[in-house]
Amino acid sequence: MDYETIVGLEVHAQLLTNTKLFCACSTEFGVGDNENTCPICTAMPGALPVLNKRVVDFAILTGLALNCKIRSHNVFARKNYFYPDLPKGYQISQFEDPICVGGKLSFLNEGKEETIGITRIHMEEDAGKSTHHGTFSLINLNRSSVPLLEIVSEPDFRSPKQAAEYMRYLRSVLLYLGVCDGNMEEGNLRCDANVSVRKKGETKFGTRVEIKNINSFRFVEKAIEYEAGRQIDLIESGQKVSQETRLYDPDKNRTISMRSKEEAHDYRYFPDPDLLPISVDNQWVEKIKNMLPELPLEKLKRFMKEYNLPQYDSEILTDKKEMALYFEEVAKNSKNPKAASNWIMGDLLRILNEQKKDITQAPITARQLADLILNIDSAKISGKIAKTLFDELATGKHAGLSIDEIISKNNLAQVTDTKAIEVVIDKIMTANSGQVEQYRAGKEKVFGFFVGQVMKEMKGQGNPQIVNDLLKKKLKGGE
Amino acid sequence: MSSQSQIDKKTIQKIASLAQLALTAKEEDLYTTQLGQILNYVSQLSEVNTENIEPMVTATEMLVTFREDEVKKMLTPDEVLSNAPERSGHLFKVPPVL
Repeated sequence: MDYETIVGLEVHAQLLTNTKLFCACSTEFGVGDNENTCPICTAMPGALPVLNKRVVDFAILTGLALNCKIRSHNVFARKNYFYPDLPKGYQISQFEDPICVGGKLSFLNEGKEETIGITRIHMEEDAGKSTHHGTFSLINLNRSSVPLLEIVSEPDFRSPKQAAEYMRYLRSVLLYLGVCDGNMEEGNLRCDANVSVRKKGETKFGTRVEIKNINSFRFVEKAIEYEAGRQIDLIESGQKVSQETRLYDPDKNRTISMRSKEEAHDYRYFPDPDLLPISVDNQWVEKIKNMLPELPLEKLKRFMKEYNLPQYDSEILTDKKEMALYFEEVAKNSKNPKAASNWIMGDLLRILNEQKKDITQAPITARQLADLILNIDSAKISGKIAKTLFDELATGKHAGLSIDEIISKNNLAQVTDTKAIEVVIDKIMTANSGQVEQYRAGKEKVFGFFVGQVMKEMKGQGNPQIVNDLLKKKLKGGE
Repeated sequence: MSSQSQIDKKTIQKIASLAQLALTAKEEDLYTTQLGQILNYVSQLSEVNTENIEPMVTATEMLVTFREDEVKKMLTPDEVLSNAPERSGHLFKVPPVL
């Protein structure tokens, strides 16, 4: 029997604000224990929350990027549960009136454009962090009340791969918007997956299981794959899937039961009486709309059209906006987009990888790379010299120097002066009279040998075309 | 409204368990009666016709006041922890959770 896997994702993105959602504490990561806390985020009696405006700005921006309707009337609600890292005994979130509803997001999955629905996006606060030590637990509230967006998709995914590709693209969009740093290792971007299976052709959804806190793209794929398999095995052996929350264990590649839904999910949401409703008018939405950047998929399509690049190259060049910016600067200044793309996709990515740097720390500036390409295209330097020059630049020793300065300083310019090349050819021919005889006797294969010798003598700086032409002429006997 | 109880003992037990309260049998009876009376009293509100009226979240028409995204430091970790029954360094120490 064939089964279909149905997946919906809930993505939590930590927002790049300076302060927390409801107090003026810093959101800085890696400071001392409980350094970023105050009476509000530690829930001292009588402390009242005051909403950070930028969180609403970021929520609207994200909603617009994901083609959502922005609701004008917004309410925060209390989600009640007990856990020591949640000092108030409730989390302030949104329930019935999320700020964004009914959107969609298109992304590429194995080169094909796919679109999935976005159910809602809402604002909420993070909990603190607890560590467990057997006879006691320790609580750090630095993360308490740090702002998050929860982005909930429709159950539109039909394969683990599709869900992972969506997650990758969503991360790229959030980075373009500048609302989240996308760091999955630190938990600044994480996701829960709702997974169910049904027999092919069935229209009703199966019982769904929620997998919590998946923190890498690879795990999104693996966790869903494992969970779908587990559910199919249950059904095939005549058992039932029970509605529950499970945790993915990446070390063992399996999911384990956390708690059953019925007992834990009685959150008793109600509007938070400490916070008044938020009105988002058209003027506000329009203002944010003007801040919306060109998004990765639009940019990708433009790169293919405007620069005539393959889809694969465009996808890599637009994954990060800084990379796209770098490319466009090189492409425009060098007037050779194809070469710009080739240098970046090949040598630059290799160097960045080796040096464990990202594009903003590239040892070669976009201006330098553009000049390098201009010099190749005008035949001032050879392709081979350009490679040497590139690797030389990659060492970072020439920061601040222009390409022209480096070329003249290191005497790397290509030699196009026929007189100078002839002198070298004569010298090589005299030193290898035997091979000259062979060539003239019809053994044309030795031609390559002469090219090699001449180039070696000229340290690779001879213009290959001129060297070739002159060599042929001279070897054929035209003195 | 009728004086018929609005809440049963089972609901009281569930609310108590969600609130992590241990009630005696006597308390369960008492709260079932008392909460029932409160709900009965409040249910007078259902006599008002609210058709076509948007539900209100708050009693006023006031909207939220925003705060600009600027960091302000209020307390040191020592001050934050000064009321904690137990601490370890600058961390709150609580009974074991896991």
